[in-house]
Amino acid sequence: MPYLSGEETVKELRRALCNPNVHSDPLRHRNAVLRVIRAMSQGVDVSALFSEMVKACATVDIVQKKLIYIFLCSYAAVNPELSLLVINTLRKDCQDPNPMVRSLALRNMTNLRLSSLVEYVEQPLIAGLRDRAACVRRVAVLGWAKLHDLQPDSEIDAAVVNELYSLLRDPDPVVMVNCLRALEGILKEEGGVVINKPITHHLLNRLKECDIWGQCEVLKFLQRYQPQSEDELFDILSLLDASLVSPHPPVMAATVGLFLSLCGSLPAVGLSALRRAQGPLLAACGSGSREMRFTALCHIQLLLRSLPGLLGAHYKRFFCGYAEPAFIKQRKMKVLVELVNDDNVAMLLDEMKGYCTDVNPDTAQAAISAIGHIGRSYSDRSLEILVGLLGLKQDHITSAVVQTMRDLLWVCPQCSSTVCLALEECEDTMQDAQGRQALLWMLGVYGERISSAPYKLEVFIDDVRNETSAGVKLELLTASMRLFLCRPAEMQDMLGRLLHHYIEEETDMCVRDQALLYYRLLHCGKEETEKVLQGRRSDPSLGVLIGPPAESISQWAHSFNTLAPLLQSTFKPDSKPQLSDALRCDPVETSGNCPDKQMDSSTHIQTSSSAAPLSLSVSPALSPEKFERLWLQPRAQHDEHAAEDDCLWIEESIQCPAVFQCSAQSLQASLQLVNVQTLAFTPAHARPWKVYLYTRMQLDSRGSTLILGELVHCEEEPVNEKERTRAPAAAPQEEKTVRVTLRQQPRDDETLKAFLSILTTVLHTHSSSNETLP
Amino acid sequence: GFIVKRELSQKAKLSIYSDLVNVFYEMVTALPGDQPPVVMVTHKDRYFVHVRQGGLFWVATTTADSSPFTIIEFLNRLSALVKDYCGVLNETNITENFALIYELLDEVLDYGYIQTTSSDILKNFIQTEAVSSKQFNLFDLSNVGLFGADTQQSKVAPSTAATRPIQGSREGGKSEIFVDVIERMSVVIGSNGVLMKADVEGEIRVKCYMPNCSEIRIGLNEEFSIGKSQLRGYGAAVRVDECSFHQAVRLDEFDNHRILRLSPSQGELTVMQYLLSDELPSAPPFRLFPTIERDKGGRLIVYLKLRCDLPPNSLFISPCVFNIVVSLSQELSSPDQRAELRPESRAVVWNIPRFAGGTQLSALFKLDIPDLSSASLLEVGPVSLSFELPKLTATGLQIRFLRLSPIQPSQSQRWVRYVTHSDSYTIRV
Repeated sequence: MPYLSGEETVKELRRALCNPNVHSDPLRHRNAVLRVIRAMSQGVDVSALFSEMVKACATVDIVQKKLIYIFLCSYAAVNPELSLLVINTLRKDCQDPNPMVRSLALRNMTNLRLSSLVEYVEQPLIAGLRDRAACVRRVAVLGWAKLHDLQPDSEIDAAVVNELYSLLRDPDPVVMVNCLRALEGILKEEGGVVINKPITHHLLNRLKECDIWGQCEVLKFLQRYQPQSEDELFDILSLLDASLVSPHPPVMAATVGLFLSLCGSLPAVGLSALRRAQGPLLAACGSGSREMRFTALCHIQLLLRSLPGLLGAHYKRFFCGYAEPAFIKQRKMKVLVELVNDDNVAMLLDEMKGYCTDVNPDTAQAAISAIGHIGRSYSDRSLEILVGLLGLKQDHITSAVVQTMRDLLWVCPQCSSTVCLALEECEDTMQDAQGRQALLWMLGVYGERISSAPYKLEVFIDDVRNETSAGVKLELLTASMRLFLCRPAEMQDMLGRLLHHYIEEETDMCVRDQALLYYRLLHCGKEETEKVLQGRRSDPSLGVLIGPPAESISQWAHSFNTLAPLLQSTFKPDSKPQLSDALRCDPVETSGNCPDKQMDSSTHIQTSSSAAPLSLSVSPALSPEKFERLWLQPRAQHDEHAAEDDCLWIEESIQCPAVFQCSAQSLQASLQLVNVQTLAFTPAHARPWKVYLYTRMQLDSRGSTLILGELVHCEEEPVNEKERTRAPAAAPQEEKTVRVTLRQQPRDDETLKAFLSILTTVLHTHSSSNETLP
Repeated sequence: GFIVKRELSQKAKLSIYSDLVNVFYEMVTALPGDQPPVVMVTHKDRYFVHVRQGGLFWVATTTADSSPFTIIEFLNRLSALVKDYCGVLNETNITENFALIYELLDEVLDYGYIQTTSSDILKNFIQTEAVSSKQFNLFDLSNVGLFGADTQQSKVAPSTAATRPIQGSREGGKSEIFVDVIERMSVVIGSNGVLMKADVEGEIRVKCYMPNCSEIRIGLNEEFSIGKSQLRGYGAAVRVDECSFHQAVRLDEFDNHRILRLSPSQGELTVMQYLLSDELPSAPPFRLFPTIERDKGGRLIVYLKLRCDLPPNSLFISPCVFNIVVSLSQELSSPDQRAELRPESRAVVWNIPRFAGGTQLSALFKLDIPDLSSASLLEVGPVSLSFELPKLTATGLQIRFLRLSPIQPSQSQRWVRYVTHSDSYTIRV
């Protein structure tokens, strides 16, 4: 209907507009105009009627005026010359005794957005700033911003800028807020509107008069102000306390944003503000509007990064409703995973179990992987559910469960016996390539403990011609190779067939090359092959002994109350950075997909033995359990020369003022650069602050030596005098030392000292770079 | 710029910025399923933020650093305003009233900055009359029953009574006031019948169509208490955990007499919101006794017995979630009930139009499912109920009285309505 006969419509409308009979009857005239606007809003191009509409503009009927202005503003850009005709009417209206007419004319004059009209607009705008009626002043103030936008190069008169600043004291709160907005636009080059102390306090005092939109805007502008003293800061904060728990989510969010930016240097104050705001945020999570719920959930996720377990008692508020949309359910699950603790884990898992059979496969998958996440701390309970889900024999569920089990094994190798048992039972073939890949990885790595593993592989190998996914092909190759190493009798024939097929018939070069590589590798003998294929079975970078550390607020404060938290992809398996770190070294990657990497690690071992005597390496990996066992072995004598079973303990102090304040991730990353692997962290603010790490060092001839270490910072404990003399420069900074305890096996004083110096350097660079941060 | 362009579009009808609208429309429909996320990226560093209200998309374009809370709250507020002015939110009504909406937008937003959303201020500026698509008729009894009783006994306000444009009163239309107490329950009952979660979110909404009413006083139960520690009165206390009020509400008589005072603006106003978590003052309204088993022929037998202590208006039960159901045979306890299989949501929906309080209903479903194994029984579940309970609040909150000043002429009507919805009422089996 609208797009048919556009020209016909225009013609007919013109006829109606020109009809003198219509002109004489105000109601009919208005209706004719109305029809034009309707056509316009339906997408008909009615710009040809411009001159008729300009004529119709001279009317006393306000409704008609408004309609015509809508038309004019839409088409002024197409007809700049004709628009000049309107200006006179508009200027006349600016003198009208009715303030509504004045504001309407002024607003539309500036909405025409024609640079040719600027000279006609300025004078009414100046008059508008001094108008008696607040609604005219509101329009006039914003008019200047529009004018500036129209001609960004031309300077706005300094007198006008001053006038705008003085209008900040206007009795009408909307005028005040509009002034801030206009000045911000006009002074963009100079860094926006200046928020100094008097303005800040003026704005704060008038905050109550504004409606919620004005309050949000003012609070946002106040973020720019830096209080001169701590007293002033606390004065401001106490003034804002009521807004912090405002029932209106926008005001609450803006206030929290302001608190976070004001308290950048006082993280404790920021944290307590967040605690205080949790009530309103939770209320927003139960809001009737699902979009508002979603927004609040995303921000709660942010909050939990710094205050893990904050809302633990309120976990039931995050249970999913039956009819909620999938995007909310998935966010809620992510929040639930963060809230798990000893008290609620049973209820929480029970609830999650219900989500696993959700109609929406994405939601079901998210629920299953959430259970896997909880499994990192409560593995028995979670695995019980996961194994039960395998019994449903539903393709998408099985696939998700298998992937989740793989991810769980990567982090918690202690779950392997349960998983192996479950895999033994699982006889499904999955449609989903991701799931098959995960199954193959587990069959390869834990093949010696799954008695039916070769038969499961056989199904894949028999069906090899129908396989389409390159990822699955590579994984199948690697898995078969690994299984061959531990169960050669059962695998030999199958592996031969597989290699033959891939080398002779495969068209994917990557797969073919991998097959060739393995083929040649087998010629080198068992040991060589083992060395290459023995990849990591678990992720040593994750803290198993202690949970993930709390981040500092500054990591995310800038994105609070912006669109950024909402933008994170809904389907990303993990939201937390440290966990995505773990995914980066996904088992599939290291073991199968990247043959280059594989070669890298093995050549690295060979070359390093001949080259530098100080080369560190983290392979073969050390499991956290083994670390714990070694570390807890009794120290025979506590002095430096405990030569008991060829093992050496030393204790040192390193001066590094700020290292324990920085985030665990960055320290971990910098240690990894020098091939030192960190195993576990305490949270940054905890005292004593501890880090456990290990590395292996190449000795000249005798193979390698394993070094385990513990870094401790503990404020209460006085530091040994003798050690402080080692770093006299930093002596005045009391208690800023980190105590290092190292255990080396087999002992080698040379390398241990060298390692200590490397560690010192890393910690120093790290703490100094951390200090330079604001 | 804050909300950069003048927003609004629904299903590509009002295309002021037709290219933008088309881009948005394509993005929204390209998303899988019917649940689009709130924010989407466009090509030019602009973001669309949209909410869905009344089956329409309300869209704003904005930059990345603006507050999502503000935009979403604004869009919700705007849709409420449009609803106030047009009566009902639907596509035809919007297209009928485009001139009014243009006018409204013009006053609410200037240059992308929110100016005001208060209907008191706006009423001075808005001149266009709403076009009502349907004539409102009090005696149209086909709609009776969604909402319940009132302060003037035995009169029933049809549910559509409050869905009319606010400006009608200007023309000497009926002067009426509606005070609605609306509660949403979200309940999870475990398979052993234990209440696992029970939250009630409630609000008091005032819809006022009285041009010359300067003050309303709303009296709540005297025993109304907030928080755990504070208990009032000797009777059964009506307790909520959290409570917040609209800023226009004056609370000087609240502490002692539980009276809310406010000067109503025309249109809808949420006066008070409250929340009761983890507790219900009375037993949950529905109890379900399910039996699920496999018969010899490999069919799944689901026997449901539902007991209800309160009479709901309408009740939908969707008990089973299954992957593949070939056929369904059913035996229901009453002929006016229906049950159907919804393959897309893998559920059997049992629709009960009438359900007297204190009675019991039962249903027997036999489902043919290929490859039914004992493990499949795990997959059955949870039963979800959606219902509406009129004349009832789950918290027990009541409006004791509603006084208007100055005293209104006798033909003015005052309605107090209570309703409890199921936000999510889930029973595990």
